[in-house]
Amino acid sequence: MADAPSGNADNNAAEAFLQGGSLKHAPGPYFGSYGGRWMPESLIAALDELEETFDKAKDDPDFRAQIADLNKNYSGRPSLLTEAKRFSEHAGGVRIFLKREDLNHTGSHKINNVLGQALLAKRMGKTRVIAETGAGQHGVASATAAALMGLECVVYMGAEDCRRQALNVARMELLGATVIPVTSGSQTLKDAINDALRDWVANVHNTHYLLGTAAGAHPFPAMVRYFHEVIGEEARAQILDQAGRLPDAVCACIGGGSNAIGIFHGFLDDPSVKIYGFEAGGDGVDTGRHAATITLGKPGVLHGARSYLMQDDDGQTIESHSISAGLDYPGVGPEHSYLSDIGRVSYEPITDAEAMEAFRLLCRTEGIIPAIESSHALAGAIKVGQRLADEASAAGETAEDKIVIVNLSGRGDKDVATAAEWFDLLDKNSAESEIGKEGEQL
Amino acid sequence: MSTAQTISKSAAAIDKARAEGRAALIAYLPAGYPSVEESIAAGIAAARNGADLIEIGIPYSDPVMDGQVIQAATTEALAKGFRVSQVFDVVAGITSKTDAAVLVMTYWNPVIRMGVDEFSRRLSEAGGAGLITPDLIPDEAAEWLEASDKYGLDRVFLVAPSSTTERMQRTVDASRGFVYAVSIMGVTGARSSVSSAAKDVVAAAHAAGAERVCVGLGVSNAGQVREIAAYAEGVIVGTALVKTLGDGGVDGVAALTKDLSTGLARETGLAGEEA
Repeated sequence: MADAPSGNADNNAAEAFLQGGSLKHAPGPYFGSYGGRWMPESLIAALDELEETFDKAKDDPDFRAQIADLNKNYSGRPSLLTEAKRFSEHAGGVRIFLKREDLNHTGSHKINNVLGQALLAKRMGKTRVIAETGAGQHGVASATAAALMGLECVVYMGAEDCRRQALNVARMELLGATVIPVTSGSQTLKDAINDALRDWVANVHNTHYLLGTAAGAHPFPAMVRYFHEVIGEEARAQILDQAGRLPDAVCACIGGGSNAIGIFHGFLDDPSVKIYGFEAGGDGVDTGRHAATITLGKPGVLHGARSYLMQDDDGQTIESHSISAGLDYPGVGPEHSYLSDIGRVSYEPITDAEAMEAFRLLCRTEGIIPAIESSHALAGAIKVGQRLADEASAAGETAEDKIVIVNLSGRGDKDVATAAEWFDLLDKNSAESEIGKEGEQL
Repeated sequence: MSTAQTISKSAAAIDKARAEGRAALIAYLPAGYPSVEESIAAGIAAARNGADLIEIGIPYSDPVMDGQVIQAATTEALAKGFRVSQVFDVVAGITSKTDAAVLVMTYWNPVIRMGVDEFSRRLSEAGGAGLITPDLIPDEAAEWLEASDKYGLDRVFLVAPSSTTERMQRTVDASRGFVYAVSIMGVTGARSSVSSAAKDVVAAAHAAGAERVCVGLGVSNAGQVREIAAYAEGVIVGTALVKTLGDGGVDGVAALTKDLSTGLARETGLAGEEA
């Protein structure tokens, strides 16, 4: 029997952290009372095989060298840390730095994880990878890694998402992947994960499930985090180099939470750094149309892990809503639930409207079009910046003494139609207008 | 296999069939499909036409082990407003009218949400035999092991062709009533032939000490039932019955169950004549 999770474990960990212990490199399967393996027995052997392969690879210099080489010469790492001086004026005048995951190959942080998992798939002798995708970012990244490494790739995507993200479907197909529209359940990202799991059960002998976020059954949360830790490591070194000190705050957006756990990890053991995760507040957390899982959800199990979950009184999963497809998920990675419970990370909702305002602001002040997902982190950073500025003022300091890092997890090219519709920039009769309308219904 | 003092209703039903020289038939039906009343009527019809055990599924938003037929049925039940607590009405409705052992098949989150202890207590009060848990492995089942002992409920865990010897042993040891052998690597749904893996899984479960092993997934006709009855203590049929319930109603379930039961006999002449 695995160690029984308990509330005491949470308190002990929080206590240990306050006394100088480490929150980094948590190995799973449990993060406090979260995580674990709530999965069909049929898949346990595959999870064991993956865990064993991953554990060996982590300690293998050849594997680490392969990852480092791909990161540098394929993805374009290290990604830049860019100071956003004109944007900062709208955030209380604190200094804001952007971790530029948008500059990675395929346009987001997702590439870090897919390259690592595709290498593991090869090590396990698997010839086929499957993936789920919402708007298509993880699907495109998975198709990219599969093409690079000569793996067959099948991507499950909600039928409605396929229609409104037709160009991303085409991108995946150009890269050689097969896209399967999911028509079961609510036909959204969570149902795409369900269908990917059904495929995995049937084809596990030759197939690796390339899960796109730091959620799911052990070892996925710890493994996906491992491949994204590079974000936080780079950002920490870059801010020390550019500003000569650690930031006062780090901000990221949270859907499943992979970009966030990646950058958070670099700062978890720095008690002076406040850490913020911004969830999708959709139309507003009091409207019922949102994806603010930690803010309003209750612990439960979905897709293999115990974590906060949007669910009704019967334990049925509630459909989430967000203008950002990448955040439109009713669950969240288990390590985030734990970091919330012990108070190390603060999780707050950002509405669609707040995110879109931050989206426009970054476009106009910095010449960077952010992903709508990342725009939630930008909107959060504006709030955090203003709070820090108030604190500085109260302490007789200046706002410029405060530093905030925002993980700009992806670029907004994919979101142009949605944004153009939101800001009413399109001719009513254009084809793009039609696409944008559908996008807005996300 | 747990040998706690608890009297297992599932084991008793399987042993009764064995004493009659045949395998037991387990009929799966979703609660609330096509309505709560009809799911009770269908369970009673199955029990009166040759099913020894009835497995009542709780409709759930994310049924990852189910194929399209069962997904469609449970999605319909949820769309019509099915509530989890109604499963106890379905169980009580069948146990009050028949001698069949009635188990509930459920994904785990609805049980957690109600509270494992409360769910177990209410299932016990409704006359239920226990739970079949497709996404709960013994490793995560501490609360359920405790509650099932407290309320005398069977805990039916799944074993699969991919289960290692070690996991097979652990799962058999944690189970009570019977062990559910997944016949194939896949989800529920009718298949044209029974996987050869099924026989190996059953043999492995027997080798690990399981006295009662029942085979499910992909079984849809009397011929397949006959094939499995030769080496397993029970045969589980789901998708075919659900499809029949949708197409032909309760009478269809009665007729199909009667037909399926003709495959149960290990010795000539005994099967299917009981009801």
